[in-house]
Formats: sequence, C-alpha cells, structure tokens
Amino acid sequence: MALYSEKVMDHFLHPRNVGEIPDADGVGEVGNAKCGDIMKIYLKIDGDIITDVKFNTFGCGSAIASSSMATEMIKGKPLSEVKKLTNQAVTEALDGLPAHKIHCSVLAEEAIQSALEDYRRRQEEAEQ
Amino acid sequence: MFVYADNAATTKMSRAAVEAMLPYLDEAYGNPSSLHTAGQRASAAVQSARNTVAELLHADPKEIIFTSGGSEADNQAILSAAALGAKHGKKHLISTAFEHHAVLHTLRKLEKDGYEVTLLPVHENGIVTAEEVAAAIRDDTCLVSVMFANNEIGSIQPIGEIGAVCRKRGVLFHTDAVQAVGHVPIDVQALQVDLLSLSAHKFHGPKGVGVLYARRGVLLTSLIEGGAQERGKRAGTENVPGIVSAAAALRESCDHMAETSARLIRLGNKLIDGLRTVPHAALNGDAVQRLPGNVNFCFEGIEGESLLLLLDQRGIEASSGSACTSGALDPSHVLLAIGRPHEVAHGSLRLSLSRYTTEEEVDYMLSEIPPVVEYLREMSPVWKDMERGVKPHLL
Ligand SMILES: Cc1ncc(COP(=O)(O)O)c(C=O)c1O
Ligand SMILES: [Zn+2]
Repeated sequence: MALYSEKVMDHFLHPRNVGEIPDADGVGEVGNAKCGDIMKIYLKIDGDIITDVKFNTFGCGSAIASSSMATEMIKGKPLSEVKKLTNQAVTEALDGLPAHKIHCSVLAEEAIQSALEDYRRRQEEAEQ
Repeated sequence: MFVYADNAATTKMSRAAVEAMLPYLDEAYGNPSSLHTAGQRASAAVQSARNTVAELLHADPKEIIFTSGGSEADNQAILSAAALGAKHGKKHLISTAFEHHAVLHTLRKLEKDGYEVTLLPVHENGIVTAEEVAAAIRDDTCLVSVMFANNEIGSIQPIGEIGAVCRKRGVLFHTDAVQAVGHVPIDVQALQVDLLSLSAHKFHGPKGVGVLYARRGVLLTSLIEGGAQERGKRAGTENVPGIVSAAAALRESCDHMAETSARLIRLGNKLIDGLRTVPHAALNGDAVQRLPGNVNFCFEGIEGESLLLLLDQRGIEASSGSACTSGALDPSHVLLAIGRPHEVAHGSLRLSLSRYTTEEEVDYMLSEIPPVVEYLREMSPVWKDMERGVKPHLL
C-alpha cells in the first residue's frame, strides 16, 4: 500500500522495542479504545538516562510505527533531551505521515511525557 | 499466494463483461442520439441492454434508467420520492441507521430542506423488521428506503415483507440493492418495490454504471439537466460501452447465480467456522440471512487498519470498519448500529468473496488470519488488560 512511506512501513512491520518492563521506573498510557488508538510506554531510567524503553500499542499502522520510532529516538538519551521530543520530530523521522494520520502519532509524544510524569511522581513519593 | 477478498468494495470485471464492451469503444462508437447508422447501432445496443436488465429484474424496459452508479441511483430515487411527497404535503421519510452514505447523506440534505427523517434502529443481527417499518409509517410519510443487503455485514432485509407493508399503506418503497443484485434473486414485482438502485461494478461489470428502476407511474426528478436521454430523466450522452457491459455482466451473474451462491455459502461458512475458533471474536450480521460470501468479524483487542496492512503483506486484500482505515474518528456506523461498542468495532475485518474465489484461497486465509490477530494482540495494551482481568472482555 502506498498510504505510508517506506520508513513507516519498516517500523510498522518490524516494530522496535515492543514489550513491557515489569519493574519500569515510569509508565504512561494515553488514548482510549473508543477512538481507536492506545499506547502504553514503559521507561527504565538510570540517573538521568533512559536506559530501556518498551511499548505496547493498540492502533493503526501510523500509531504502531510512531510508537516504534519514538522509542528508538529516546533510548539512551538524557531526560532533558527526551522532554523536548515532539510529535513533529517523530513524524519527520518517519519521512512524514498522511495528514489524517498525524493525530494517531501524537500519542507517542504524549505517552512518553506521561511516562516521564509518572517517573517524577514516583521520585517525589520516594523522597517523602 | 494472492487473495482478493474485497468484492463488496468492487469486483474484477468478467471476461464476458470486458468483451461485451470492446466493440463499443472503437468500432460501434456512435452517439445513440445520432440519426445515422453508427448512432442507431449504439442506440440499439443501449435498448438491448435495457431489455436485458429489465428482464432480469422482472421489470419493464421503460422502468429502467441508466445512471453513473449506485450513488447516483440512490440520490435520484430519494430526491424524486421527496419531491413527489412534497406536492402532497408529505415530508416524512423512513430509512435505517445502517444504510450506505449515498442514502444517509441524501436524507441529511433533505432534513436541511425541511423534511423529517426517521432512521430505524437495526437489530443485533443487522436486520430491520417489516413490523418496525409499519410502526414508523405516518400519514405524511412519502418514502421508505431500506437497503436490500448491507454492504459491510451482508445481512439481507425482509424486502418482500417491507414492500407489502408499504404498498398497503400507499407509501413509496426504495431499496438500495447495490450489494444484492446479481447475487440473490430479485423480482421487483413480487417484492413490491417501487424504486431500486444497483451498481454494475459489484457483479463483475464496469465501474461508473448503475441503474435506477422506477416503477411505472413513479415520476422521477432529473438530477442532471440537458438532453433528452433516458426519457428526459438523466441527461448526458449514454455510457454505451459501460451500459452494454453492465447488462452482459448481470446476465452472466444471474445465469450462474444458483451454483455461485451455493458455492459461496459453503466457502463463506467454512471461513466463518474457522474464524470462530479465534477466542473473543464474533461474527457480525445474521448467520443465515446474509449475502453469500460475506464474512465480517470483530476481533477484540486489535485495530482494523493494522490488521489490514499485515494481511496485505501476506497477499490478502480485505477491508475493515475501523476509524483509522477511513481517517474518521468513529468506526463504521454499521457496526455501531448493530450495537458493537466502539472499542470492538475498531477491530473488524470484512472478507467478501466472489465467484472467482477458490477453496485454496479460503484455506490460505484461514491459515494466515488467526496468527496475525494473535501477533497484534500480543502488542496490544487493551488485550493484555483483558487477559489479566483488569478490563472485562466484551466479546
Ligand atoms: C450498499 C451500497 N450502496 C451504494 C453504493 C455506491 O455505489 P457506487 O459505487 O456505484 O456509486 C455502494 C458501493 O459502494 C454500496 O455498497
Ligand atoms: Zn490511527
């Protein structure tokens, strides 16, 4: 199908970092089954670095490919950099998405930010 | 292996349909309105096609007008009935929640123009009853429009019973028979249908050719003004090759209908039985009152577009009612109408067979689809929550 770029198809057909991390330091889940895309991200964080990341996605080709690409883009990166990850950067790394598919890819950015928030919350709780 | 299993979307043209069209492209290319020999030859071909279509629907040739497809026929049928109704102060129309958009959007347009529309709910099995239609008819009802068979879930409606109700109450009855014509027997007189739409590309004919049957005495409103073609009800030089080819395709489909439908029912049931072994999956639409060769399932915990893409990689071409396949935010209105929750409707798969589908292709689909469903479930957070009991299974 010519709907998606080769990059998108590559990440869709061979998604990187699929799975769960049972002892994750931060977990984020966004989207809902009603609208058709849900993404769950697990982060392992050591000091300031994302040492491991896994995802589970219920969604279309665009949602799965952007999950895969986004996890690749943050793996091994410092939190300061990860916080700045935008949906646009993920889309660009995938060589673009059809206009009506952008909304499915936004979840990747949101799931990562949600997982980071979860991590911060856990940190605060641990400090108290 | 390559399997085309999207015949409800469109079909491959048959050899007979292709060959019927060829002479009218470069040999007998006259304009049917021209007086000369070439024109008259084309005119005779259109007339002959009209006779064939009429015969196969049990109609009169004067009751057949050729259109650009099913959508145009639907539009014209509904707008004509609405115009006739308005003359008598009748501005209420009845239809169903799971019609094709060619019907639903035409009705929506009428609503904006001051008509009132009742969309009947559909039962879980994808069927509307004649009693429900009868109960909705009012003194000011000018049209009942109920599709013959649904394009997504294949459920066949009790058209004869609905026709009888409408005739008794003096209300015009239109049926969008785009998915049914050429696949199940249709006799417009026995069924007491006043208006019927069909489309040639759904029965191995060409795209862009449709028919509107309008019972004698039902005055049509012209949607396209111009010349006097089609008895003044549809202007524009006739699509002669397409019309000739459509009639040939219909003849061929009707000639082989009994054997084709017996085979497709068997193959369809084999697919249905096989897919039923996938846990938390359910057939959409009535198991018996359905189009031969229509198989439509919901698989819980997965999304349809990713399923389609993976099947396409394996050579299987199918379709889905998920939101993401259409770019819409809501999944198929048909699946919602039969009561599937949103989250389940996203995971639908339609396999529609044709007389060209082989048993080997069915076996291949049965070997490929379950593992793909399982693969997607393995990466689905929704499925995992269900398996762990965090969320309930819905199917
Ligand atoms: C039930 C139904 N009605 C109408 C149409 C529209 O037909 P066409 O594509 O010929 O305009 C279709 C096919 O897409 C259909 O399945
Ligand atoms: Zn999507």
